[in-house]
Amino acid sequence: MILSRKWLNEYVDLHDISDKEFNDEMTLSGSKVETITCPADELKNVVVGKILSMEHHPDSDHMWVCQLDVGQAEPVQIVTGAWNIHVGDLVPAALHKSLLPGGIKIEKGKLRGVPSNGMLCSLKEMGLTADHDYPYAAITPAALLNDYKPLDPEKPSVPADVQPGHKIYGPVVAAKVLECATTAYGQYHVVLDINGVTAMVDTACQNLHEGDMVAYNTKSESICTLADLHAEQAEFPHCITDGIWILNEENIQPGDDMAKVIGFDDSIVEFEITPNRPDCLSVIGLAREASATFRRPMNLHTPEVKGCGGSIAEMVDIDIEDGDLCPRYTARMVKNVKIQPSPAWMRERLRNSGVRPINNIVDITNYVMLEYGQPMHAFDFSCVDGGHIIVRTAREGETIQTLDGNQRKLTTNMLCICDENKPVCVAGVMGGANSEIVGDTAMVLFESANFNGTSIHRTAAALNMRTDASSRYEKGLDPMNTMKAVERACELVELLGAGEVVDGVMDVIAKDSNPTILKLEPTKVNGLLGTDVSEAEMRRILESLDFQLDGDQITVPSWRSDVEHYSDIAEEVARFYGYNVIPDTLSNGLTERRGYNEVQKVENELGLVCRSAGYNEIITYSFISPTYYDKIDLPADSALRDSLKILNPLGEDTSIMRTTTLPSMLEILTRNYNFRNKSAMLYELGRTYFKRADGLADEPKVLSLGAYGADMDFFSIKGVVETILKDLRISDVKFVADRTNPSYHPGRCAVVFSGDKLLGTVGQLHPHVAKNYGVDTELYAAELSFDALYATKGADPVYQALPKFPAVTRDIAVVCDKAVTVGELEDCIRRGAKGLLKAVTLFDIYTGVGIAPGKKSVAFNLTLRADDRSLTAEEADADVKSVLALLERELGAVLR
Amino acid sequence: MKDQLEAIRKGALESIAGTQAAADLDALRVKYLGKKGELTAVLKQMGGLSAELRPIMGQMANEVRAALENAIEAQSSVLAEKALAAKLESETVDVTIPGKPVEIGHKHAMYTVLDEIKQVFLDMGFEIMDGPEVELEDYNFTKLNAPESHPSRDWTDTFYLTEDSKILLRTQTSPMQIRAMEEHGVPIRMISPGRVYRKDEVDATHSPMFHQIEGLVVDKDITMADLKGTLNAVIKKIYGPQSVTRFRPHHFPFTEPSCEVDLQCHKCGGKGCPTCKGEGWIEVLGAGMVHPKVLRNCGIDPDEYSGFAFGMGLERFAMGRFKISDLRLIFENDIRFLEQF
Repeated sequence: MILSRKWLNEYVDLHDISDKEFNDEMTLSGSKVETITCPADELKNVVVGKILSMEHHPDSDHMWVCQLDVGQAEPVQIVTGAWNIHVGDLVPAALHKSLLPGGIKIEKGKLRGVPSNGMLCSLKEMGLTADHDYPYAAITPAALLNDYKPLDPEKPSVPADVQPGHKIYGPVVAAKVLECATTAYGQYHVVLDINGVTAMVDTACQNLHEGDMVAYNTKSESICTLADLHAEQAEFPHCITDGIWILNEENIQPGDDMAKVIGFDDSIVEFEITPNRPDCLSVIGLAREASATFRRPMNLHTPEVKGCGGSIAEMVDIDIEDGDLCPRYTARMVKNVKIQPSPAWMRERLRNSGVRPINNIVDITNYVMLEYGQPMHAFDFSCVDGGHIIVRTAREGETIQTLDGNQRKLTTNMLCICDENKPVCVAGVMGGANSEIVGDTAMVLFESANFNGTSIHRTAAALNMRTDASSRYEKGLDPMNTMKAVERACELVELLGAGEVVDGVMDVIAKDSNPTILKLEPTKVNGLLGTDVSEAEMRRILESLDFQLDGDQITVPSWRSDVEHYSDIAEEVARFYGYNVIPDTLSNGLTERRGYNEVQKVENELGLVCRSAGYNEIITYSFISPTYYDKIDLPADSALRDSLKILNPLGEDTSIMRTTTLPSMLEILTRNYNFRNKSAMLYELGRTYFKRADGLADEPKVLSLGAYGADMDFFSIKGVVETILKDLRISDVKFVADRTNPSYHPGRCAVVFSGDKLLGTVGQLHPHVAKNYGVDTELYAAELSFDALYATKGADPVYQALPKFPAVTRDIAVVCDKAVTVGELEDCIRRGAKGLLKAVTLFDIYTGVGIAPGKKSVAFNLTLRADDRSLTAEEADADVKSVLALLERELGAVLR
Repeated sequence: MKDQLEAIRKGALESIAGTQAAADLDALRVKYLGKKGELTAVLKQMGGLSAELRPIMGQMANEVRAALENAIEAQSSVLAEKALAAKLESETVDVTIPGKPVEIGHKHAMYTVLDEIKQVFLDMGFEIMDGPEVELEDYNFTKLNAPESHPSRDWTDTFYLTEDSKILLRTQTSPMQIRAMEEHGVPIRMISPGRVYRKDEVDATHSPMFHQIEGLVVDKDITMADLKGTLNAVIKKIYGPQSVTRFRPHHFPFTEPSCEVDLQCHKCGGKGCPTCKGEGWIEVLGAGMVHPKVLRNCGIDPDEYSGFAFGMGLERFAMGRFKISDLRLIFENDIRFLEQF
């Protein structure tokens, strides 16, 4: 909501409150100020100047040297290139050291050797337009033959030495301006010489001066414009619609500050209004808040309409089909409408409220919407067939062309304003082109209606056209406001002389609304706030917001549908008592569940171990593209492809919920690889998402590791996995080769178990997959199920007595088939020992000279110890012998 | 003989004092004290002495021997010290050469901040709750008192998983308020951090996935003063004891009264600067007293119990804390970024 403080002052006089104070106080009472800007800051030292005299620049054929009265003792000389000024004109003069919108600074200087002490300004240079801001200032240039530049110098349409009386074409001849006098604003009386014959003509062309040569149409007795000559702009380079803004404002004097003249002497406040307070999307609503905030009286105005007789009831019928969708429809009729620009004060207020002025009738509807917060619509009543307004939902197949020119297909749940044959307006959203206010509109029906917010919201969303009106309606508006607003609109019609208001108001109430009644319960309010605000203070605050108090009964104003409970009353009290005056206390609510729970402790521990191993934490998106499953070579029939789909994703890349974290990890590894980071070791404890029967998801967490780099190999990442499992004291761990996982290298992938419980996968990514990601190095990853890790986590440790007796170590190297795994050998060694073996450590694997082809030598260090005595060499040897015997028997592994 | 002994003493002591190496000292020991040494040779002549002279010469010879032995001992220590000094000198390292690196990984910047915030709440007796990201519309909106026409329900704002709009990706952590009340009943004192999703295109300050931290306290006699006291205490712990806050009325469908909490800009002290976009204040969280309708929706009697709830965006916290200029860095996971924290 954009608010003009000058407009606000009309309702609550706050002229002595600084912008800073206004910002702080309004923000702290609940109307959050986003910005305050002063348009005048953009326009400095620009004043009204009166042109006292003009002379041709001695060194230029299109510049004028002007003397201006700018309210100072001496006239000021300014050189301008514009041709639309005349002696006596009032113009905006940017003096030496002035500032124009857009940060343009003007200083004195010389133009082709002639001193110029500033600049005369156009509308555009003031940040304005003729179309919307000052329609009267539109410029119509005549085609000056002395400005003619033929497109083809070889073939000029007008000879360079054209003389008065020469024929241009048909009835058009050349004529020389002998005199040009301003008769009224924008009207000039011109005396022409046509080869000795004198003609006199009145024209609106502003660019005529003594000595100019023009094209004169002897038949229509008019001076030709470019359009009349079918000429191109390039042929008359200086005959343009842009020129100095000739002021036509009342009560202005040379020297007056232009910022004030155009209403820039204002503060424009932009508020963030929360959706529960549509009443504050209006000058009056904000005035009420300001009145309560600054404790100043509010000057509410009751609109008065004189009327011109007649009776609206005889002219229009209004029917509402569904009172839930349209609780109230209020309308008034205006006849003999004169469409014209609205007055400067209204245009200024609209402009300072961020709305572009259009014409008097449209401007009135916008003005009332800003002032009262009630959207208005104006119909060209001649386009309403049968004089019958029907508020109904659209019929199957109906369409309407809206004011923005688009053809809209309507559906049967969209509320429309219709005549007997067709929709003329999408209710609360946008009017129809078929009943648009145009230049010759004579009868206007002003609609001020109340619609169901949810219905308007759905229609606007379905048509993808949120308008100023719909965004207000969708928040739920005050049904009591429709009458005031339509009265105000008609009052303005009379004030502006825009037409004659027919007597009577059509006010159809299809659904009654009862005021909300609450009880004033000071104890409960203070109990909720933790304050001791007096009851008198509560009453004062509520009354300042127009709540009616009768004993302890509160009648909530109709525009405050957000207030329905004592907690809402508490907020009203707190807002004006001051949130920051409420004391600070510490609360109850302690529970036994406080602190980290067991799951969270394990999560924290996992992060700690990963980081200790050198892995960096990453955060990846939970949603991925379905094509990512292809990138990890997941088979077409894989169950993992059964992902939850987002029906309205931002794009394909974020369109499904991942069932595996692998693509997320690979994406980040790839990104780092592409950034030319030499190595990366990453981890994430992230969720995956699986469909559940009830429509929601199982969201199991996965600890994923990913790495690449010079020192990285299968055993590096396996080592980290082992460290994690050891840290959690997970027992009975087995790594089993997995040649079937399509994402991984078939020879370098293992699944990890604790007993029978599958914990996850570790391995090198398949070169196919690396290639899919465009990575030309070995990628490694591990995926561990958090739930499985948590389930297999070992118990807290119990102290084991430290060994009292020394251990004996023996190294053995056995030769076996290459296919025999180290895991099998280790397992066999453990089973072969007779109870003295405490540890087995692999220390060498050798193939080559001395070992038969197809064989390998594997060396282990065995640690043997008894808990109750020092071992003898014989005892140790007996165990080793038993181990070797089993190795040979089961695996064919013989001592080397 | 006496003269002989004196000569040995004199010569030997001079030689010993002049030695530079342990080997030279050993050679002197042999030369004087060895079996064929000079002193030994003199002693061998003792047999030819008279009975009167023998003890006198014997004593003198012993004195000379002792003197030589002491001198050798002393010189040996000196030489050992010298040798050690030389060895240490040769072992000197350039202490400015970098040490052998021990590479440890880094916690993500955002979770570093999250852990700090969690700790502040844990210290104040809160529990930490976790909940689903695929959520029911009912929990994300309806039970939180969001009106049917609330714009945040639009398909342009929220990611939906079913055509009937019943299942969605949660847009806020606030559904955890409902889950906490339904799961635990009263009293409650919890925070719930987690991922949330909104249909925002990625740019320097937006991401379709981001993180929030929800908080909820429900018990008898919980007041807005408790809300202020708790949040001010938390902010002072996170931002330092000199932090200045202001509580400003706001609107959330699920709290009443509602507020937003601003922190006075640490850079300009409230005067207005680019960091606070000229406002002097930086919004840090939203909060309010749990709406009586919400309590009732969760089976808690609002006439008996009250509570406060709050929520904050984690990304903005982390970006402010570490001066991270672009939100995309957080999800890009460039190792050169990760290793800075």
